[in-house]
Amino acid sequence: MRYEVPETKGEAVSLLAMAEGGGRVLAGGTDLLVQLRSGMVKPDVVVDIKKIVETREITAENGGFRVGAAVTGAELDEHKALKKLWPGVVEAVELIGSTQIQGRASMGGNLCNASPAADTVPALIAAGAQCHIAGPDGERTLPVEEFCTGPGVTNLQTGEFLVSFTLPSRPPHSGDAYLRFIPRTEMDIAVVGVGVSLSLDSNGICVAARVGLGAVAATALLVAEAADALIGTSVDEGAIENMISAIRSACRPIDDKRGTIVYRTQVSGVLAGRACRIALQRAEQS
Amino acid sequence: MTREHITTTINGDPVEFLCDAEQTLLDVLRDELRLTGSKEGCASGDCGACSVTLDGRLVCACLVLAAEVEGHEVTTIEGMAVGDQLHPLQQKFLDHAALQCGVCTPGFLVAAKALLDRNSNPTETEVRFWLAGNLCRCTGYDKIVRAVLDTAAEMRG
Repeated sequence: MRYEVPETKGEAVSLLAMAEGGGRVLAGGTDLLVQLRSGMVKPDVVVDIKKIVETREITAENGGFRVGAAVTGAELDEHKALKKLWPGVVEAVELIGSTQIQGRASMGGNLCNASPAADTVPALIAAGAQCHIAGPDGERTLPVEEFCTGPGVTNLQTGEFLVSFTLPSRPPHSGDAYLRFIPRTEMDIAVVGVGVSLSLDSNGICVAARVGLGAVAATALLVAEAADALIGTSVDEGAIENMISAIRSACRPIDDKRGTIVYRTQVSGVLAGRACRIALQRAEQS
Repeated sequence: MTREHITTTINGDPVEFLCDAEQTLLDVLRDELRLTGSKEGCASGDCGACSVTLDGRLVCACLVLAAEVEGHEVTTIEGMAVGDQLHPLQQKFLDHAALQCGVCTPGFLVAAKALLDRNSNPTETEVRFWLAGNLCRCTGYDKIVRAVLDTAAEMRG
């Protein structure tokens, strides 16, 4: 195995393209180093992207933020303006692992690891985040909900890597929230995760909503029917009940040691309702 | 295979070493540099026994490639005492008997110092959450938490 530290996107793309699929991207390494040690992956080259400035910066952009794929959880937590605009996204990142893991782990790594239970992904989907990808044919942009195509599988082609995310601007009276269920208080893998983002007009009517749902299908889902149940309403309990029904209908979970199909489906609705009420409260206060 | 030549700073001292691309920072600290205070517990980032700081950020040395520390600053448990003078946390761990077998202790000390460097007056809840990535299988958590809180109180004066 070789270790390479390119300083530009072009160099990183060349290294990954030359490796013809035998390259792995290193950001925080909290998944990759475990996979290397267990022999689950045996790359010819590890490409550390952290010297590429764009992967490590948080910059204000068009009223929103551009967040580098390798920015750590601890850095996101310390960025007050980002946390104020997208509290649900930062909450989701903060749920991942211990203090030590937060010092290294990134949103980019969490997405690229492509676990269906990744905590940041439903929150990023709800936020309408976009992925900026560099590759041999130039750069392209992809909505987060289209990035993962199955457990452990992404849309990235040979030579491509994730550079950054856009978290968009939002109108006044907007709020988001992310909740997950795990069998203990901290440091476990989500049985269900739900992200909700919504915007209200000056009369308190919901004019935009997005709902992301994790750990109940092969990839995290954007549930348009759940958002439709909220849009045009005052997000009253009746609308929330309709949203919960839509969420339960969208669930396609597996039975495993963390939860049964019936249990995951039930909990998805409960969490969606709670996350929606938190997002609503934040929208009313912003 | 060519080995990586790495120049870094460990506990304030300039250090150079050679490593293979596969080697973790923990491997190099223990096996090449003989800084064996950092322990290998799980080697998967779950137990915190290998806690060190990288540019002031608390991390697991088992989840960092050694080659990544080129040009960066690492501190380990060996950098905590000044000569024979124990850091207040080390003294309080002794006073409170906040250790049994001792394997988790270096990691707890490094992690607790990283907390107190940021927050001189943490609540018990904050201490427990901050140290949630450090496992003690002798189950001395209560004494450890009390030692950290007592150190914080003493250092605030």
